[in-house]
Parts: sequence; structure tokens; C-alpha cells
Amino acid sequence: MIGVSPLSPPLASIQGAIEFIFTPQTSNVTGGKTVGGIDQVIELTLNQLELTVFALALSLVVAMPIGLYLGHRGTGELFATVIGNAGRAIPELALIAFMAALIGVGVLNLTIALAILGIPPLLTNAFVGIHQVDRAAVDAARGMGMTEFEILRKVEIPLAIPTLFAGIRSATIAIVATATIAPIAGVLTLGDFIINPNVYGDDGVLAGAILVALLALTLEFGLAALQRRLTSKGLKLSPA
Amino acid sequence: MRSQLTRLRAAAALLLALALSLGVVACGDSDDGTTGSDEGGNAGAIVANPDNAKVSLTIGSKNFPEQEILGEIYAQALKAAGYKVKSDLNLGSETVAHQAVKSGAISGYPEYASTALTSFFGVEPEEVPAEATPAYEKAKGEFEKEGLTAFPPTPFASANAVGTTTKFAEEEELETVSDLEGKSESMTLYGSPECRQRIDCLAGLEKYYGLKFKSFHPVDIGLRYTVLEKGQADLSILFTTDPQLAAEKDKFVILEDDKEVFPAGNVIFVSKKSTVEKAGPDYEKTIVQVQEGLTLEVMQELDARVELEKQTPKEAAAAYLKSAGYTG
Repeated sequence: MIGVSPLSPPLASIQGAIEFIFTPQTSNVTGGKTVGGIDQVIELTLNQLELTVFALALSLVVAMPIGLYLGHRGTGELFATVIGNAGRAIPELALIAFMAALIGVGVLNLTIALAILGIPPLLTNAFVGIHQVDRAAVDAARGMGMTEFEILRKVEIPLAIPTLFAGIRSATIAIVATATIAPIAGVLTLGDFIINPNVYGDDGVLAGAILVALLALTLEFGLAALQRRLTSKGLKLSPA
Repeated sequence: MRSQLTRLRAAAALLLALALSLGVVACGDSDDGTTGSDEGGNAGAIVANPDNAKVSLTIGSKNFPEQEILGEIYAQALKAAGYKVKSDLNLGSETVAHQAVKSGAISGYPEYASTALTSFFGVEPEEVPAEATPAYEKAKGEFEKEGLTAFPPTPFASANAVGTTTKFAEEEELETVSDLEGKSESMTLYGSPECRQRIDCLAGLEKYYGLKFKSFHPVDIGLRYTVLEKGQADLSILFTTDPQLAAEKDKFVILEDDKEVFPAGNVIFVSKKSTVEKAGPDYEKTIVQVQEGLTLEVMQELDARVELEKQTPKEAAAAYLKSAGYTG
């Protein structure tokens, strides 16, 4: 039962939130329809994942080529870091509202707004990761007759994997966490549970927060495992 | 060069955020409250009573412009009556505000009688009395069981409404919500995220009108006119007190709720019983006196000042109190 609990003691209980996740609950304002439950949780989680994948893909397509190129050339450090820092200062809500007036609300708006969140860490880390690769290794590769593209692909990128992945992980976490606000702009994600306490009650709010945290941690661990597989043996601190 | 551009853009975005935070939302109203004029009728100035100085009050409100304006009006009026007044005008949803008044974190806040009945007391929208007085009596009785007191209602009332552009309404020959029958399957509806499941919103349109829409899209309340202007939404959930409806009559219309699924609510001020006793007779007297001038017309005008002209709720409230003769 979703009810109004007194301010103190705690607004919602972990137990109530877990019940909300698995079993549909009654609500005061829906006229008898139940809310929450595992089906709705799965639907909203998939929406949030989908939005995250779109936004991450867009930010990778934009940031990676630029970061890798500048890192390889060793120029444009100012550009990479300024974009990186200034980008983080853009308020996401204002961006969504601004684009709502330009292109309307919906998946496209949110994909762009969230991708802008992912670009700074990707760009900065790609630049720094490639730029910091031991020049001796690069010179040796060049001496062996590799083309510039081969140097990037076979020497610099493999050696920069830990730094590149740190960027991808930061970007992913920022995007998946922020995708929580998507219900204000046309896409239903887990944030629906959080921003609608009148419908879902305090248990729903807590359930939403728990689910978003779990989703972010799952992605973080998944990417960490992928990173371990892609890192060359020589770079690992301990044998895998 | 580039860095400058980025910084400029960031600055522009920040400014926009500020502008937005100043002028977000309004919650609807309606009804027959179109009589009174700006003069506020039988107002009479509020008299400061030195006995009240030892009473400290905290006036709350929910977090959209109309509520903040009301909160300011009550807070400033009580100050004029001699009370020590603080305000806490950003309490989020009605659930939060309701808890805050019950726990004593705030002394009182304005709530729509219809919202109180449907959201707190599980009353079905069709059972919410259409007239202000019976709705107030019913809500008052329910609040009493929780140790809360509700003061008599404002002249104006507010409700959700299905709105669209005048152009679209003409093309599709829409005047009432029932006119949507057989047409709504090809129309998109936009509304606040919680509208989707609320019985006094989309859930009610589906249940009582039997309407199915092509799609429902949740959006921030602040975007309810943007999606119509953009041509993205065919229909959007608006509020009957929206100043846009008065200021841009040729652009936006609301469809008549012919089956009364969206109950209109007059505003009632809710406090804890113990607070009312402690504050003495001037508390209720001041609140009831200062809301006498709040007709639909006046409320729309105040909403317009904040939402369209970007005054602060504080300024709009002060102007109301002054022009209606409550303060000097």
C-alpha cells in the first residue's frame, strides 16, 4: 500500500521499496489502477538503457576521432581540456529546455543532451591517453615503417586502453545517471518513479533510486570486465 | 577563440536556466469566478495587532508559480497583521507539503480542495463536489480527522484541462472533450509525467471518456505550451488558471470537460489545529480576508505577472495586497 508516511521516522523503507519493485502496488491517485511491479521496472530499465546506448554512441562518434587525432598529433591540448572542462559546466536541464524549443522533446533531444554530457570525459581522456604513450615506442614503430594510422591502431590505442576506458566509464555513468530525468522530456525511464511521489509513493521514489544505482553499478562492472579483456598483458599490474 | 565561444555558450545556457527557474509553471483553475475586478471589493486594510508579535509562523507552498504567489500573499498579509512570518515556498509535491504541515515543519499552506480529496483522501474524481462549499466541507471533515484545520475557500478554482491550439481545434471541430471520440486515436497528448496515471488526468480520460490516444508523452509542466507551439503535441494538459489562456485567446483553447473528469478545486488554507489555537483569532481572520479578492481574473493576472512578465511571486503578491487595499 502506497500511503503517506509521517516525515520522521524514515519516509520509505527498504522493504517497501523492494516490494514495490517486484509487486504492483495500489496508489491514491490512479483510481484503482496499480503501479510499480517487475513488468514496469523492466520496461523503464530498458528505456533507460536504450537512451544510454544512443547517447553514448553519439558521444563516442563525436569525441573519439577528435581526441585520438589530437592526441596522436600532440596538438590542441588547450582545445581538448577547455572543451572538457567547460562542457561539464553546461546545466543539463537548461539544455533540454532550450532544445525543446528548437527541436521539441523526445528521444532525439535527450540523446543529444546526454551525449553532450559524455563528450568531455571521452575527449579529455582520449587526448591524454594517446598523448602520454611512451614516445620511444612510437618512434620505434615509425622506424619499423608503420604508417601513422597503424601507429595509432597498433601501438598507441592498445597502450592507452586504461585511460581510454576510464573516459568511457565516466561518460557512461554520467549518461546513465542523468537519463533518470528523461521523463520531463518525453521518455519514460526509471526517473518516473522518482519524480512522481504522488503516484508511486515514497516506496516508489526509493525503489527508483535503488534501481538507478544498480543499473549504473552493473554498467560500471561490465565495462571494467571488458577493459580487463582488452588490456594488453604487458600493461596489467597483476596477472589476470 | 573556441574556448571563448564555449564559455559564451555556457553563459547563455546558465542565463536560460535562470530565466526558466524564474518562470516555470502554473496550476490550473476555472469556474465561474470571473466576476470581481482588480479593486478587490470590500477589502479594508489589515490592522497590525501587537499581541501577534510573539507568534512565529512559517508559511509553505508547493513549487509552482501560482502556489508561490498564494504563499507570498498569505505570508505578507500575516506579517501585516503583526505576526513574525517566515516562508518556505518550495515544498515539491502535495505529498511533501501535506507531510510538512502534519509534522509541524510549516504552520500552513494553500491546497486545492479537489487535490486534497483525490490525492489525500482517496475520493474518486466524479465524487468530488462541483460546488466550492460542499467540496470544502468534505475536505475540512477529512482534514479534521488528521488534526488539521482547513479555512474557507478562495473565490477562484483551478483544474486540469485538455488544451490545444485554436487552429487545431477548428480543423478537427473540437469544442468539448467528448468531441475527441473517434479522433483521439490519431492524436498525441502531452502532459506532466504523473498525468499518465492520475485519475484526474490521462487515466480519467481513458476511463470515463473511453478515449485512446496515439501516444502520451510525459513532459515537464513548464513545457506544456512549448510542445503546442512547436506543433509537436496535438493536445496538451493545461491549467484553467493559465495566464496564456487569457493573454493569447486566439492561439490556445481548452476543451470543455463535459463529463467533469477534472474536478475544479478552490484553494483552502490548511494548518495544524494546535497552530491555529496558538496563533489566535487574527490568523484565520487575516487569511480569509486577504483571499477575498482572489477571483479567477485576478489569479490569472497574478500568474501572468510571474509567468509571462517574469516578476517574482513576492513582487506580484505585494502588488496585489497594495492594489486591493490590504496594505498601505
